[in-house]
Amino acid sequence: MDDAAEAPDAPRATPSRLARFLGSDLWLNFRRSKLAIGAFAVTLLMFGLAFAAPWISPQNPYDPAQLELLNSNLPPLWNPDGQSPFLLGTDDQGRDVLSAVLYGLRLSLIVGMLGVVVSGFLGIGLGLVAGYFGGALDTVIMRVADVQLTFPAILIALVVDGVAKASFGSALDTNATILLIVVSIGLSFWVQYARTVRSSVMVERSKDYVQAARLIGLSSPVIMVRHVLPNVTGPVFVIATINLALAIITEATLSFLGTGLPETMPSLGTLIRTGNRFLFSGEWWVVAFPGIALAGLVLAINLLGDWLRDALNPKLQ
Amino acid sequence: MLAFLIRRLAQAAVVLAVVGLIAFAMFRFAGDPVNQIVGPDTPVSERAEIRKSLGLDDPVLLQFGRYAGNVLRGDFGISYQFRQPVTTLLAERMPATLELAFCATLFALSVGILMGVYCALRRETFLAKLFQAISLVGVSLPTFLIGILLIFLFSVTLGWLPSYGRGDTVRIGGWTTGFLTVSGLKALILPSITLGLFQMTLIMRLVRAEMLEVLRTDYIRFARARGLTTRAIHFGHALKNTLVPVITIAGLQLGSVIAFSIITETVFQWPGMGLLFVQAVQNVDIPIMSAYLLLVAAIFVTINLVVDLLYTVVDPRLRTSVGRTA
Amino acid sequence: MTETVLSVRDLRVAFETRRGTLTAIDGVSLEIGRGEILGVVGESGAGKSVTGSAVIGLIDPPGRIAGGEIRLGSERIDDLPPEKMRRIRGRRIGMIFQDPLTSLDPLYRVGEQIVETIRTHTDLSAKTARARAIDLLTEVGIPAPERRIDGYPHEFSGGMRQRVVIALALAAEPELIIADEPTTALDVSVQAQVITLLKRLCREHGTAVMLVTHDMGVIAEAADRVAVMYSGRIAEIGPVAEVVRAPRHPYARGLMGAIPTLSDTAERLTQIPGSMPRLTAIPPGCAFHPRCPNVFGRCRVERPEPILVGGTRVACHLYDARGEAA
Repeated sequence: MDDAAEAPDAPRATPSRLARFLGSDLWLNFRRSKLAIGAFAVTLLMFGLAFAAPWISPQNPYDPAQLELLNSNLPPLWNPDGQSPFLLGTDDQGRDVLSAVLYGLRLSLIVGMLGVVVSGFLGIGLGLVAGYFGGALDTVIMRVADVQLTFPAILIALVVDGVAKASFGSALDTNATILLIVVSIGLSFWVQYARTVRSSVMVERSKDYVQAARLIGLSSPVIMVRHVLPNVTGPVFVIATINLALAIITEATLSFLGTGLPETMPSLGTLIRTGNRFLFSGEWWVVAFPGIALAGLVLAINLLGDWLRDALNPKLQ
Repeated sequence: MLAFLIRRLAQAAVVLAVVGLIAFAMFRFAGDPVNQIVGPDTPVSERAEIRKSLGLDDPVLLQFGRYAGNVLRGDFGISYQFRQPVTTLLAERMPATLELAFCATLFALSVGILMGVYCALRRETFLAKLFQAISLVGVSLPTFLIGILLIFLFSVTLGWLPSYGRGDTVRIGGWTTGFLTVSGLKALILPSITLGLFQMTLIMRLVRAEMLEVLRTDYIRFARARGLTTRAIHFGHALKNTLVPVITIAGLQLGSVIAFSIITETVFQWPGMGLLFVQAVQNVDIPIMSAYLLLVAAIFVTINLVVDLLYTVVDPRLRTSVGRTA
Repeated sequence: MTETVLSVRDLRVAFETRRGTLTAIDGVSLEIGRGEILGVVGESGAGKSVTGSAVIGLIDPPGRIAGGEIRLGSERIDDLPPEKMRRIRGRRIGMIFQDPLTSLDPLYRVGEQIVETIRTHTDLSAKTARARAIDLLTEVGIPAPERRIDGYPHEFSGGMRQRVVIALALAAEPELIIADEPTTALDVSVQAQVITLLKRLCREHGTAVMLVTHDMGVIAEAADRVAVMYSGRIAEIGPVAEVVRAPRHPYARGLMGAIPTLSDTAERLTQIPGSMPRLTAIPPGCAFHPRCPNVFGRCRVERPEPILVGGTRVACHLYDARGEAA
């Protein structure tokens, strides 16, 4: 590596944030990694397609009025039996697969990101509390984390889902279901954030400036938040990226298992679940395209997360 | 050694107690158990009577004690959907899950270690790079997608293997096995690969990284300097040292294989505990859910203990140091 | 000199890097006779260890022997195919590494590792090999060898482990032992014991030793002859008495000046100013000239060839063809 590139701390006239980023190791590393660029491009494309879905989809798949049973089970357009405008064919309801995939992608991404946000807040909060207060509170939080880590996230998400349904009754509307899944995911993935933040707090707490700040009567929780959080942005960002892929997989799996989003408002997982039924009757496209979209999305985010982890090389707990 | 064992047992007991508490809380507080027994138009007086007969009016601690006592006797209550004892239901389904988990682990271990060793020893070859790429895809793709892909390839397109169920099984005592019939064995192939693929890639990556590390150690250099054959160095010294940490991870993975079989069992309609659990979640069958949770916790804890013990058997350093400090 | 065991002629070792070829060893020539101990000294990075690794054929890629020849007895060994070289390692050339704590495979009993080495190179039965292993442990001064032979490496102290390593190096009665900093990792109190042991064993078995170290005290104590290396070249080589007491090369003089002796307590230890050049930036002419107190014009352009002066060979322009000091 160039010596010049290795010395980002060299005193310079304070450049703009963008200029600093463009001169950073991270950016250099990114430009050199074809895999990272590719993964980033695919991720960006997926996000773009997902959020442009309402404007670029030929059909609104959530609107039963737009479905025409006459158009059911059409193969993709390049097949002789394909019909315009159904580029990727239709399912047994006459639903346009392309539109369903785009809307599903959108839903999967929204749920995944909300799940990451919830687990992030939960984990960072609990990590701060455990690290700052220590003692019995710390022990309880970290024991729960240990016990939870022994169970796969999907099991926890399923249990949370089941319990919620038992408590509130099965007649939840779609938005409540989305909320429920987001909470399930949040409760499944907080442990890693908590551990990372907690250990960072432990290190920071013993440092002189915190002790000094305490002595002069500054509110130390404020100091902790102000000083610890910047230190953990790197690791938290890496965890969040990797967890986004995991959260999307979890949502898709829940939906596939039939405990996630309903068929009236399908995510990619729901689409695969319903499409799976047509595997044997030859309508492969109903399941194949949501599958490819999900696989591409998760793979791209994972590759990005892997690269980020190697590039930032944070100490993950 | 004994003290170490006791400490580990105590930890295991704590984990089980915590999970037990959660299972009880689910059992007791998620929804009204009475609603599951009686119809919606049952009069309040009758409900109260049922509440009383179920002991739901007793102090919570007493109820937990009763629950724990029942669980220890193997009584997990009655399934809401099947109106049968949960224990019977789980016992019926257990062989299917255990056989599947066993085959998946066998597949994951054998193929994972082989590929990992190959990637470590022939790092620069095309095949090693291909394995690396496959492993990346393997850890990224959702299990159910892999299952569907395998079904599409080997059942729908090629028609070689069954896409659902266990095939013919043979009943031996209380155990039904698919190992003794051709169709039973064929039915195991796709689900085992689906279930084991994630662990396989994990083990492969672990073995590769660990072995590369070991190959750089002084004792491997010294073994070369002693003129040992490459085979003795790679498979006698390097592999053995590599496998010590791999055992732990692989052992712990066995537990998650059982839990992950929920997804595989659903894809392949495999009549195991996982499928039962998913049906229970869909139908809000709390007794089955809490029993399954406890069962998985118990399996996890047992595996943890066994792995700890196994570890001390394999690594002589641990054997004595544990004996000394304990 | 008696019968020559090892003779190295004009050895060059190069490392291929992305920035081009780095020459780590450049034109090194040396001989070791039967029962003789040749000390090889120099700062870290001078190429001492690489020379040792080259002799035993264990240079890790991307390094390779780029020129010259190495002869063991009358046989040329630097160009042997790997399998033939392997048979020489351990059998005819033994090696001792710096850190006894990491040189032994932690998962195998000490006896297993000795027996393994013996049986790799001889046809002895397992039983005879074990008896021989016990003899070896006795010879290197391990108390109660019949019992200790079944111990694991971690049950031995550092000094004891280095004794085991020496026993392993001697297991097949090699003609030559390469000892790479054998005492550096040991406690000072144990260092002398290990050196004495090494010296005694080599005298008894007539083994030639290449003793690589940066510790002049060890050289003065153990070696018969000494080679002073600088930047991958030999600055001066000759009998210990001459090189240590009356060093001729300015670098050797500086190095010897850095040994504390009881007599010169009043004087401060001299130090050579500057540091050894990196492999990427070896200066033209004599590699030592930027630091040399006696530097003159010729040193900057022409590389000095070794010249016989008295009993030593010196690579320095101060000693021209007539062999007298300028």
